[in-house]
Amino acid sequence: MEELRNRAKQLLEAKTVDVVIGYGETLNNKIKAVFIRKPEDAVKLVYDERCTQNLGVYLTKHEVKHFGKPAIVASVSTMRTVLQLCSEKQVKDDGVLVLGVTLEGKFLEFPTFKTVETFMEKGVQPIPAKDLELMAKIETMSLDERWAFWQEELQKCTKCYACRASCPMCYCNRCMVDYNQPQWISVPSTEIGNLEWHLMRAMHLAGRCVNCGECGRACPQEIPIHLLTFKASEEAQNQFGAVAGLSSTMPSTLSSWKPNDKENFIQ
Amino acid sequence: MIKLLKKSSFEIFFKNLQTQGKTIYAPKNNGKKIEFSKIDNFADIVFDYIKSNQSTKEIVFPRYHKVFRYTKQADDTVVLQDFSADSVPETVVIGQRPCDAVGILALKAIFETDIADKPFTARFNKTSFITISCTKSDENCFCTSSGLNPGSTEGSDILLTPIENGDYYAEILTEKGTKILEANASLFEDSPEIDKNKYLAKVEVRFDNKIIHEKLNTIFDHETWVEQSLQCIGCGACAYVCPACACFDILDEDNGRSGFRYKCWDSCGFGNFTIHTSGHNPREVQSQRWRQRIYHKFSYMPKREHVFGCVGCGRCTDVCPVNMNIMEHLQTINAL
Repeated sequence: MEELRNRAKQLLEAKTVDVVIGYGETLNNKIKAVFIRKPEDAVKLVYDERCTQNLGVYLTKHEVKHFGKPAIVASVSTMRTVLQLCSEKQVKDDGVLVLGVTLEGKFLEFPTFKTVETFMEKGVQPIPAKDLELMAKIETMSLDERWAFWQEELQKCTKCYACRASCPMCYCNRCMVDYNQPQWISVPSTEIGNLEWHLMRAMHLAGRCVNCGECGRACPQEIPIHLLTFKASEEAQNQFGAVAGLSSTMPSTLSSWKPNDKENFIQ
Repeated sequence: MIKLLKKSSFEIFFKNLQTQGKTIYAPKNNGKKIEFSKIDNFADIVFDYIKSNQSTKEIVFPRYHKVFRYTKQADDTVVLQDFSADSVPETVVIGQRPCDAVGILALKAIFETDIADKPFTARFNKTSFITISCTKSDENCFCTSSGLNPGSTEGSDILLTPIENGDYYAEILTEKGTKILEANASLFEDSPEIDKNKYLAKVEVRFDNKIIHEKLNTIFDHETWVEQSLQCIGCGACAYVCPACACFDILDEDNGRSGFRYKCWDSCGFGNFTIHTSGHNPREVQSQRWRQRIYHKFSYMPKREHVFGCVGCGRCTDVCPVNMNIMEHLQTINAL
């Protein structure tokens, strides 16, 4: 942790970056995101097992962008977020300095996104066992059971959109659900409205989700909605061989095509 | 009026209320969270809990409800079917916390200022609140900083405070409460003199909401609003669990010949909450929205509706996906 604080201090002193996005303490032994702009505040940075939020969500936030160039304390999911955001033209290679933390908890600084890509070749963050277990259980359900499972879960949704807000890939200035002329999906929290929202969210993240699980952690009702996007990523990988967040230049899985596509309708 | 309700009488009391035709809401475990739900079996009620995930506001202010329906007849005349108070059942809420009871008073103040909101008034008038005082609190509770306490009586029709042996010290507080008492008179016994305070949770005072109210007169342009809200990601989790947040959207669903108008919850934290038809948004960035949230609760509501919009339940902190702690921010404002 000292290493991180010292490096953040240096970077701010040398004006290499304008803000360090990291984790700090809040009340009751909890962790919150901090935005360090003065070298002397670098001591407020912490990093331990309590630091689970994917800070990548702040890279596209108006007020944070306003500070100038950021360095970001990045878990492996956050590193994938940065690469994916770059491939979607939301951040630039020289626009973000990645202060990475490996799965083993070691600090590694990445001067370029290419170096992050190389690091990713060693493997991404594993999906937690609890999630794999539930995914496997859902796979074994009949269609009717699956329908019942998701109906039961989704009726708890109040449409607070914490899933959308916490997702670093949901950076649209205006989300499709916020359009009312025409209104694409039902706005209120009803059976159909909730179902439409979560299906649409999963589809919009297919091939883009970096499997950080932030949406599921954010949900005040503990609905395992992250499994929907995990599943959508898995399908995108199976169908198109594309894994999000491993490349800063990969074209969008669902809005690009290849001449050698296995389907012949494209030719 | 003071009475004693024996623990052993509670189930009979519940069944009596059912026989009297009441729809009953009480805390129930949904497998993950404690939530207020319609209860058919007494055994489903959870008594040993600190607070529910959602507040009880949904009982009087549902997340989604139709205001009226309309149908165009063959001759193109329109038949309007207005909201009817008859559609609301006689309801009893059992076991909400005193902070939630006060939250509903805050909603009442909003919905009944100027023109009364018909659906809210109908639901409020047909609902009786049997609140249970808090004997335990958690790290995010701050009712005592909000001018309340774990045994506050405001907003309740009957307040039950658990005493020895699981029995309840019952304060009958309103006409609605008296009606319930009269209909179940044999179950409510005479109570000895009791100091209920000794049974209540101890909640430390962290700030003074009246000082916050005063401070807000002068700090509208303070840098603290940006600083506090940098971490805010702009979801509506805090607003939707808040017992005193009353914002809603009004929309129509229409299929050409018929349709309906409905209300659903909305939140001032959302980016497009204040967007105008012109495209201009007076609260363009999150810091302005966060400031609005605090001002509405601690400045505008006390001035306009003579109630605070925050009851100190701490649910916003409980559910915040990015661990924004309202107590930390209010303490900062208190110290400015």
